[in-house]
Amino acid sequence: MFDPAPQLVVGLEIGTSKVCAVVGEHHPNGALHIIGLGQARSRGVRKGEIVDNTAAAEDVRTALAEAEQMADVEIRSVYLGVTGAHLQSFNHCGRHTIPSHDRVITPEDVQDVVGNARAFPLAQDRHVIHVVRQHFIVDGQPGVLDPVGMPGTRLEVDLHVVHGITTRLQRPICVVKSLQLEVENLVFTGLATSLAVLTPQDKQRGVLVIDLGAGVTDYVVYTDGILRHTGTLAVGGDHVTNDLACGLNISQGRAEALKCTHGGAAVEPEVRGRTLALPSEHGLPERPINLEHLRRIMAARLEETLEIIAGELEDAGLLASLHAGVVLCGGGARVPGITDLARRFFGAPATIGRTCAFNGLAATLDQPEFATGLGLVRFGAFQNPTARGPRWTARLRQTLGQLKAVWRAP
Amino acid sequence: MHDTSPFPAPAAPPTAPAARVIGVGGAGIQTVEHLLRLGLEATACAAVHTDARRLETCALPNRLLLGGTVTRGLKAGDPEAARRLAEAEAHALRHLAEGADVVLVVAGLGGNTAAGCAPVLARVARENGALVLALGALPFDFEGRRRLAQARAALQELRTAADAVIALPTQRAAALLDEQTSLTETLQIIDDLLARGVLGLLRLLRRDGLINVDFGDLCQVVRGRQAESCLATAEAEGEQRAREVIEKLARSPLLDGGRALAEADALLVSLTGGPDLALKDVNQVMDQIHRVAEHAQVIMGALIDPALGRRLAVTVVASRHLPAPAPEPEAPPATASEPPPPRAEFPTDDFPEPSGPGRANPEPTGSARRWVPPPPELTPEQARRLLADQVAGPTGRRRRRPKPEQIALPLQVISKGRFARTEPTVYQGEDLDTPTFRRRGIPLN
Repeated sequence: MFDPAPQLVVGLEIGTSKVCAVVGEHHPNGALHIIGLGQARSRGVRKGEIVDNTAAAEDVRTALAEAEQMADVEIRSVYLGVTGAHLQSFNHCGRHTIPSHDRVITPEDVQDVVGNARAFPLAQDRHVIHVVRQHFIVDGQPGVLDPVGMPGTRLEVDLHVVHGITTRLQRPICVVKSLQLEVENLVFTGLATSLAVLTPQDKQRGVLVIDLGAGVTDYVVYTDGILRHTGTLAVGGDHVTNDLACGLNISQGRAEALKCTHGGAAVEPEVRGRTLALPSEHGLPERPINLEHLRRIMAARLEETLEIIAGELEDAGLLASLHAGVVLCGGGARVPGITDLARRFFGAPATIGRTCAFNGLAATLDQPEFATGLGLVRFGAFQNPTARGPRWTARLRQTLGQLKAVWRAP
Repeated sequence: MHDTSPFPAPAAPPTAPAARVIGVGGAGIQTVEHLLRLGLEATACAAVHTDARRLETCALPNRLLLGGTVTRGLKAGDPEAARRLAEAEAHALRHLAEGADVVLVVAGLGGNTAAGCAPVLARVARENGALVLALGALPFDFEGRRRLAQARAALQELRTAADAVIALPTQRAAALLDEQTSLTETLQIIDDLLARGVLGLLRLLRRDGLINVDFGDLCQVVRGRQAESCLATAEAEGEQRAREVIEKLARSPLLDGGRALAEADALLVSLTGGPDLALKDVNQVMDQIHRVAEHAQVIMGALIDPALGRRLAVTVVASRHLPAPAPEPEAPPATASEPPPPRAEFPTDDFPEPSGPGRANPEPTGSARRWVPPPPELTPEQARRLLADQVAGPTGRRRRRPKPEQIALPLQVISKGRFARTEPTVYQGEDLDTPTFRRRGIPLN
């Protein structure tokens, strides 16, 4: 009891292709140890949003059970990743005039200015997911990281706000609650991914993270160490599969398999005119598939996706500041040649995201697909300040859990 | 230095329209010279410049130096000066265009001479009764913003002066080339690209085809629409030539990477092949064109040119409606109260008789010859109404009654596959759930 036990942090991502639960232990010294992972094929999700509650609940249950078994813990609460076309973001500025006589900014002033900044107009059906503090501006001078103790008369702060439609955000929460679990916090998956794959140096130099998921493509931009821009495009790997199925006139399942085995982001000269013999299905005769067409359909979709993101960043004036390059995550990052394509569109080096600074199952989890799950755990760890040690309720709950485990053991 | 002698009768058979290619300014002359090397008859070409030295070295037999007495052949300093020179010697320009049914004005619009003279030449030739196509090459990015602005202004003037204007974005063509390509090579390649386009156009106009396209059809595509037109030619050889030709066209920088095809309102496609041109080739090409340009009115032609051997050449002229142009003082004049200054220099009785001295066959075989009436006497009230009409629709001189158009509903519903019943992902008016290759018209065959 005197040595505070590590806290359990669970990240749950209900994705379009898979449900993924990652269990981490957050030690009081700040270390994060990944001890469990559960996965299930997702059946109830389209474009990042749940369309079939029952199927989604089953898949979540499977994934969590697998994670519990692996980590040998009981999961009570999760950090839930959310995404979807309804998510939107904007930057907002708050102002505050310092009333004190000595004109030195106090922590209370900071609280006030952040409070002022949070008073932004929002449609009634929308709910704020994140409010991320960017820079402080003291008397018109931008780029102040910590204004406490500085003399000044006028304090401003920039916030980045991510919000979504309330009812659509509640859908995954309902699914999780139906399994008698608590949701600690909602996290935008793009943000979670960026937490898993970026180092502080990357954020300082300017970086774009693109999570090429199955249903949606999330992107996040950091420059000067702060979150500048987030976005979601409801186009993903499923669209590539669907395009292939339409263009080559094959079933979705076959299109998916062909995408994984013969896909690519470019039409190389050597694939021109080549065909693949598709083995027969249901007694149908063998059918040749033109590899060049496959690549062309795929390249068109991927190019369009990156083009849209590049266009958005250009509008936001961020395209020139990606000095640390582009980091690609998600299943789409496995497409051969996608880094070259990204390099072409963003004019910056592109790499596949590596999850960094995790202990435990790190080697297994160092895959672009798991970046979001790991990022959720990291987000949870940030939210859980361990300096105070676990609160008494948590301790009580933990004791009860242990008792229960003992009760169940025989 | 003035070569003012009238042109000899065109050598083409009497039914073929006489075409004349006139290069204006340095770049235009360069392209026309290249055309000459590609096998165009010298009598059909002419050069106009303000630079005596450039004209000395020019390979073309018909040359016209503008402003020989004013600038002493030392070029014009700015487009306005060049324009004044051209206006002063309009009669010489008129002689150049004499006897031609189709006049192609080729100019690099970044240059002063071209920017100033080309619109005047186009106007004079058109008043002579010829159909005027202007091919204006826009300058490279590295030539600076001023030249680009000048070229755009000249392009706008050409649009009002000529029947059709085809802008050739050289920068886009250059972007396709390797960075290591030397400058001379780049210029040559672009000259070649332009020259081949012109040659394809001339071929289309001159030879009798199996499925004939004449310049009447060309007029229908390019004339009177105040349209933005583009022109491209591609050639291919071998088994898959039909497919390759379409691919080349779809990638052509002159067609904006195929986008111009998809957005075209009217399209003229001319296939030229050797004696072995097969129905299959025609079918494949037209099938793809129809698929890419769904909404366009497509006019097609096919002709045999033994010189091509086993190659297949496809020339495409695509036109797109522009939104109604803003009323400009230089728009075709309809007001008697204030005729524009250039027109004032030509007394109306100077308009040519229907049988010009340079015509071999004075009978009206082609329909391009037309007499342009002098501006009518109008009260200011009438003039204003007429101007308002012009702004609303096509230019008054060629105003046509808008044809009642029956819109065909798309028979083939594009399936969205597994996203058919989900909320559509719409980005800037495009439904992203529809396969990209369908929306962009990427050919699969």
